[in-house]
Amino acid sequence: MQTETPQYAIETRNLSIFYGPFEAVKDVDLKIEKGKITAIIGPSGCGKSTLLRAFNRMNDFVPTSHVNGEILMHGINLYSKEIDPVEVRRRIGMVFQKPNPFPKSIYENIAWGARINGFKGNMDELVEQSLRGAALWDEVKDKLKESAYALSGGQQQRLCIARTIAIQPEIILMDEPASALDPISTLRIEELMQELKQNYTIIIVTHNMQQAARVSDFTAMMMLFGETRSGTVIEYDKTDIIFTRPGDKRTEDYVTGRFG
Amino acid sequence: MTTETQSLAPVPEQNSVPVSLRRKLRLGEGLLEAILFVVGFLTIFVTVSIVVVLGDQALLFFNDPQVGFREFFLTTQWQPSIGQFGIWALVSATLTTSAIAMLVALPLGLSSAIYLSEYASPRARSVLKPILEVLAGIPTVVYGYFALLFVTPLLRNLIGTENLGVYNMLSAGVVMGIMILPLIASMSEDALSAVPNSLREAAYAMGATPFEASIQVIVPAALSGIGAAIIVGLSRAVGETMIVAVASGATSKFTFNPLEAAETMTAHIARISGGDLSYNTIDYNSLFAIALVLFVVTLALNLFSQWIVSRFREQYE
Amino acid sequence: MAKDLYPNKDDLQKFVDARYRTAWVWQTVFLSALLIAILALSALILNVVDGAFGYVVYEFKKDPALVSEKPIDDLNQTELIALLKDNLSRGAYNKLNNEKVMETRSEGELYGLVIERIIQVKTLKTYPLFESLFNRAAIEAEVAEKFPGARLEFRSWLTPDFLTTPMSSRAEFAGVRTALFGTLWMVSIAISFALPVGIGAAIYLQEYASKKSLMNKIIQTNINNLAGVPSIVYGMLGLAIFVRAFEALTSGALFGVTDSNGRTILSAGLTMGILVLPLVIINAQEAIKAVPDSIRQAAYGVGATRWQTVWSHVLPNALPGILTGSILAMSRAVGETAPLIIVGASTFISVDPSGPFSKFTALPIQIYQWTARAQSEFHAIAAAAIIVLLVLLLTLNATAILLRNRFQRRY
Repeated sequence: MQTETPQYAIETRNLSIFYGPFEAVKDVDLKIEKGKITAIIGPSGCGKSTLLRAFNRMNDFVPTSHVNGEILMHGINLYSKEIDPVEVRRRIGMVFQKPNPFPKSIYENIAWGARINGFKGNMDELVEQSLRGAALWDEVKDKLKESAYALSGGQQQRLCIARTIAIQPEIILMDEPASALDPISTLRIEELMQELKQNYTIIIVTHNMQQAARVSDFTAMMMLFGETRSGTVIEYDKTDIIFTRPGDKRTEDYVTGRFG
Repeated sequence: MTTETQSLAPVPEQNSVPVSLRRKLRLGEGLLEAILFVVGFLTIFVTVSIVVVLGDQALLFFNDPQVGFREFFLTTQWQPSIGQFGIWALVSATLTTSAIAMLVALPLGLSSAIYLSEYASPRARSVLKPILEVLAGIPTVVYGYFALLFVTPLLRNLIGTENLGVYNMLSAGVVMGIMILPLIASMSEDALSAVPNSLREAAYAMGATPFEASIQVIVPAALSGIGAAIIVGLSRAVGETMIVAVASGATSKFTFNPLEAAETMTAHIARISGGDLSYNTIDYNSLFAIALVLFVVTLALNLFSQWIVSRFREQYE
Repeated sequence: MAKDLYPNKDDLQKFVDARYRTAWVWQTVFLSALLIAILALSALILNVVDGAFGYVVYEFKKDPALVSEKPIDDLNQTELIALLKDNLSRGAYNKLNNEKVMETRSEGELYGLVIERIIQVKTLKTYPLFESLFNRAAIEAEVAEKFPGARLEFRSWLTPDFLTTPMSSRAEFAGVRTALFGTLWMVSIAISFALPVGIGAAIYLQEYASKKSLMNKIIQTNINNLAGVPSIVYGMLGLAIFVRAFEALTSGALFGVTDSNGRTILSAGLTMGILVLPLVIINAQEAIKAVPDSIRQAAYGVGATRWQTVWSHVLPNALPGILTGSILAMSRAVGETAPLIIVGASTFISVDPSGPFSKFTALPIQIYQWTARAQSEFHAIAAAAIIVLLVLLLTLNATAILLRNRFQRRY
């Protein structure tokens, strides 16, 4: 068996995702490298977010959705019956498109996730470490008890990242984390990702090609195809290859902006 | 990065214990979900109880040799003391008062809704809507007082005391209409504001006046929602008790003349059960038969209005 | 070519003017519907106020001057007791003393007894407020002619005493104390049933049940229908189930209470609880729906279970909305009358309810009974009771609005 492939954080095999009868994502085989940033790019509506949400089983909340094929983490299929989706989400954290802090204090935003997951250490320390990890500590250290809603959008998004790293996942999924932010906040998130990658595997969905080229090590290009208009990965390689000498004509068209 | 973040890195041995992803037995979670389901299901149980209770007692009534199904539904005299149980004597009053109520509530409620939705400025709405809400929040027994001690004397002055008695269906019906007005107004307004703005703009772009836009484009587009509002209003009128119990008199009489006093189904139930009534008599059981009719009629009306609303929604998607 | 088919120049101007006139007329019509509604509301409120205050013509059966040398108003407690002892039969005095020992009664109470039992006021006629204010001369003339020797006095039927005295068969001495306590008990029982059950059901429907499942659809439709069932039908349900089938429980027989039947506060409260249940559920569902999905996703994203998400995020954020809805449900329970008649509110009761197994009356029941009486003084106290009821409801609703504004969140 070649399931134990330590350099891969997660891999998919023949993964298809359905909404009712509609096959939104079809036949995806990806091996996500550990400790790297992998970007998923492609035109809107091609199933990037659907694929991303499949990794931590967020699609479970769409009543009609189901999955064919496998997503393997440590050689275990995350969709097999005995797997606990709650545990999966604890191991695979997620940062959403729009910053969505809890309507609680900054401190509580971080402490809550740790607490429900049975964190026993020093909570103050954890909060500080997480905020430092998300490069937010200096800005908020004097107002930890204030509402998270008082922060700017960029700060809120970094708080969401801090919240995620506080529960020490192995993988962090980011669903267009900077699309709702201004350029300066975006830059800070991107810098942060470079620091985070020392400890975490990051998968990011983005519609911003420059961003993918700037931050990622690997890039997966998705596109709609076939009569069913299902999304699939048409090319997956090192980012510099994807952006300089892609193997697929459609990828080249897309990354050079020739795609209608 | 500082050493502190290092400590946040995933613990290495996780790789060798992937078993931890296994589904945990979360007993509390399952138990809670079960309790919540039972609680949700309780509402079904309430409906079932209503049907069983009313049906059971009504069956006792229909099985009594003194009465028959045919007599109950086809005759027009209701006089339990001499063994006459023709529900039409009560239905006629219910129909008359409800019809008057709708005659009042329909034009007023619909006009209010159109004004609020199509004409009123946000400021005017913020004043006018709470007034309708207050009107909707007044207990019906207070409306009963109002009917008996204000509207009836007023109507008697207008029509003449010899034409209109102290108890009459007209006054009860009119006040019931005022009571239902806010319901019809708010439901219709919801339907009107659900009409997409593009339709409104299209009408204005063709050079329509506000009146033409609202009557010829927006109201027709919201017609099913307005229809649902009317039916719900009617169902409220049929089931309303206190106004008629106070103001429309305590004699069961088969009549459709609004100037006369007559007892509705609801008022009859309230009057008889308010007195000293012994259980398991035919009078007692007859009340359940009336209540069953009432329940079935209002249920049918409510289901009908929901059906209309759901169809309406599909059209817009 | 088609151009000519439309009105032009002068015709066009006329045509447009005519359309605007129609539009204006109808706008006025629409607005007047609202004005009629406002007029009706004002008439209702004025009518109630009109009834609760005004001139009263009354006479004393016994002249106070004959009973006591000092004016009765100036007598102290011991003098009042002595007065009662002298003028009442021994049996009547002892009966009063048994109900509540004379010496423990306040001066005001004793004064009331003297007026009620010895002087014996009889109300001959009441006048509404506006007639009293604007037609005083005519009233005085009428009284002088029709009721020679009677006294004319401006009276507010709504007094602090009206709130604190129990019911009485004489309108002049009746109060709403018993009814207020009854309403309070009944609503507390109703809410303590409907709130947990209603919120639980709402959580199940919004957070657990699959939106598409048949069962969920049935429950949802059923709740909408229950909200439309006439309140009197709930009364019949309460009568058959709580009053009769579960009499042993609702009468307190299971708990050793012997002197009661199933027509108790408990039966009324449970009936009312079932009546407001759909209202509580629908309001709670709305409040839960208003909690944005991003918050749920955030919670699930850090590995929360469903219940942890609901308990720590959904419920706290929905709470103001749920509370507002519950207060509105409460005010519905306060004003409902028909089911209480069916379940068997007592027609006459002057003792405060002592627990869930007591007989009871409630504010709207009193209003109903007093309105149904023929004598105008009962209409006057009905009006006073309506003011009490409306103030109570207004307070509840104002609290709800305040709560909503205070805790309204912007996501």
